[in-house]
Amino acid sequence: MNSSDHNSGLEPACAKLRRGSLMIRLIAISLVILGITGLFAYTAGWLTPNVLTPTRIIDRFEQVNGEHPGFRRNHAKGVCISGYFESNGQGVGLSKAVVFLPGRVPIIGRFALAVGQPYAADSAHAVRSMALLFKLPNGEEWRTGMNNIPVFAVNSAQGFYELLLASAADPATGKPDPSKMSDFLARHPESAKAIQLIRASTVSSGFGDSSYNSLDAFRFIDAQGSALPVRWSMVPCQPFEPFNAALSRASDTNQLFDALIADIHSHALQWHLIITVGQPGDPTAEATLPWPPDRRQVDVGTLTIDHVESEDASPARDINFDPLVLPNGIAGSDDPLLSARSAAYAESFTRREGESKNPSAVSTAQTGR
Amino acid sequence: MTNNPSQFALLSRILHWLMAAMLLAMLFIGAAMVASLGNYHRLVAIHRPLGIMILILAAVRLVNRMFTTLPPFPPTMSQRERFLASASERLLYTLMFALPLVGWGMLSAGHYPIVMFGPVHLPPILPANPTLYAILRKAHTILAYLLFVTFLFHLSTVLFHTLIIRDRLLNRMALWPVRSRKKTSS
Repeated sequence: MNSSDHNSGLEPACAKLRRGSLMIRLIAISLVILGITGLFAYTAGWLTPNVLTPTRIIDRFEQVNGEHPGFRRNHAKGVCISGYFESNGQGVGLSKAVVFLPGRVPIIGRFALAVGQPYAADSAHAVRSMALLFKLPNGEEWRTGMNNIPVFAVNSAQGFYELLLASAADPATGKPDPSKMSDFLARHPESAKAIQLIRASTVSSGFGDSSYNSLDAFRFIDAQGSALPVRWSMVPCQPFEPFNAALSRASDTNQLFDALIADIHSHALQWHLIITVGQPGDPTAEATLPWPPDRRQVDVGTLTIDHVESEDASPARDINFDPLVLPNGIAGSDDPLLSARSAAYAESFTRREGESKNPSAVSTAQTGR
Repeated sequence: MTNNPSQFALLSRILHWLMAAMLLAMLFIGAAMVASLGNYHRLVAIHRPLGIMILILAAVRLVNRMFTTLPPFPPTMSQRERFLASASERLLYTLMFALPLVGWGMLSAGHYPIVMFGPVHLPPILPANPTLYAILRKAHTILAYLLFVTFLFHLSTVLFHTLIIRDRLLNRMALWPVRSRKKTSS
C-alpha cells in the first residue's frame, strides 16, 4: 500500500490496511474460494477415486465385454415389443396408481438377454429379461425391468461390480476363471445362496413361457396413504415347456429370438401380472432372498404382447427402462440396488445415445412378417 | 420498495439470496448425483422440481430487474470492473434460464417423463431424439461448470471489494437496511 496514493474515488474508510491485516484478509478470501471449490470437487467424487460410481460400473461392463458403441451395456441383445395391459381392478385396493383402475393401457417394451455383447449367440443359460413401459392415461409412466430368475445374484452395487469381473471370460481360456468365482462367493455368501437358487430353477423353452420377476421389492401406496411391501411377476399364460437342448440348433445364433418372433406372429402372447404382498419382516432390501411361498398373491391384470419389432425400427431402443420411473402409488423400497440400477442405467443410456448406432442382431428382416 | 438509493430494492435482495442458496444447492446436488449410486434417485427427485422452481424465479427476477432502479456502482469500481460486473450479471441471468431449460429439454429428448412430485409432471418441450439428448446432456454439464466458475468469480470480487478495498460493496445486497453514508458525499 502506497501512502501517497490517494485515489480520488476512495473513501476515507478504505484508505490503508496494514500489511499484516491485508495478508490475513487475502488469505481468508483465498480459503473461502478454495474451500468451496474443494467441497465441490469432493461432492463430485474427484477426490475419492476408489469409491464406486455409476461411471466405474459402466466402465467395468466395457472392460469385460469390450466396447459395443450404440448398444446397452447390459441386456445388449434384444427385440422390441408392444401391446397393452388390461387391468381387472383387483389392484385398486393395493395401490392408488391409475394403472390399476379397470381398463387398458398401451405398453411398449423389450425382451433381451442379460449379456453385454449385442451379437452373442443365444444361450439357454443367459438370463432373459422383459422390460416394459406402461403409458398411463394421465401422462404418467411405469417402467419396469424383470428377469426370469427367482432371486437376484447380488444384494449391492459393490457385489454386482465384483461379480462382473469374477464371472468374466479369461482372455487366455475364453472361460471364467473358477478361482476368481470361488473367491467372490467366499466373500459374498448371500450371492452363493442366491446362485444356488437360480441354478435350481428350471429354465423354460423360450421367452414366451418364462416368468419374469421384479426381484427388487417396491412399495404400493393406497388411497389412504398406507404402504405395502410388494414384489411383482409376469406369469405366462403360455404353457411351460422345459428348455430342450436336443432341439436347439447351434447354427441358429438367434434361436430364442426367432422362436419369440414366430410365436408373436402366430398369436398374441399373454402374461398375468401377479403382485406378491410382503409381510412385516420380509426382506425388502435383500434381492438375493426369496419371500416365503405362502405370501398373498393378487392377479391384477393381463399383459398382451401382439407386436414385435427390431430395435432398428422401434422407439423402445432409446428408452431407459429405469426401475424408478414409477407412477404415483408405486415407490421404491429400501433396496439399495434400485437407486444403483437407476444411476448405472442413466450412465449407460447417456453413453449409447451419444454413439453412432449399429444394426441390431435381430434385424427388421427377421421381425417383419 | 426502499428509499435507500445505495441498496438494491428489497424484493431484488430477497430474490438474490434465495436464488443464491438454490443455485449453489443445485450445483452440489448435481455434482453429487452423477457420482452417486445409493443417493442417485433421491437427489434426482429433488434436482428436477428445484430446477423448475429456479426457472420460475429467474423469470420473476428478470421482470423485477427490468422495473427497478439499481443503486449506482461505488466510485471504487473502475470502468473495466463495471463492465465485468455487468457482463457477469448478464451471464448469470442467462445461465439461470439456460440450465433448467436445457435440463427440461434433455429429459424430453431422452424420452423421460418429467416428474415433479406425486402425479404432477411437465410435458416434453422437445421430441425424443438420441443425438439431441446426448448434446443437451453434455451442454447441461458444461453450463453447470460455467455457472460454478462465474459464481466463484462473483464471490471473490465482492469479497475483495468488501474486505480489501473496504468500499462496503456487499451492503448494496445486504438483506437488512444499511444507512446511506453521508460522509461519502463530503
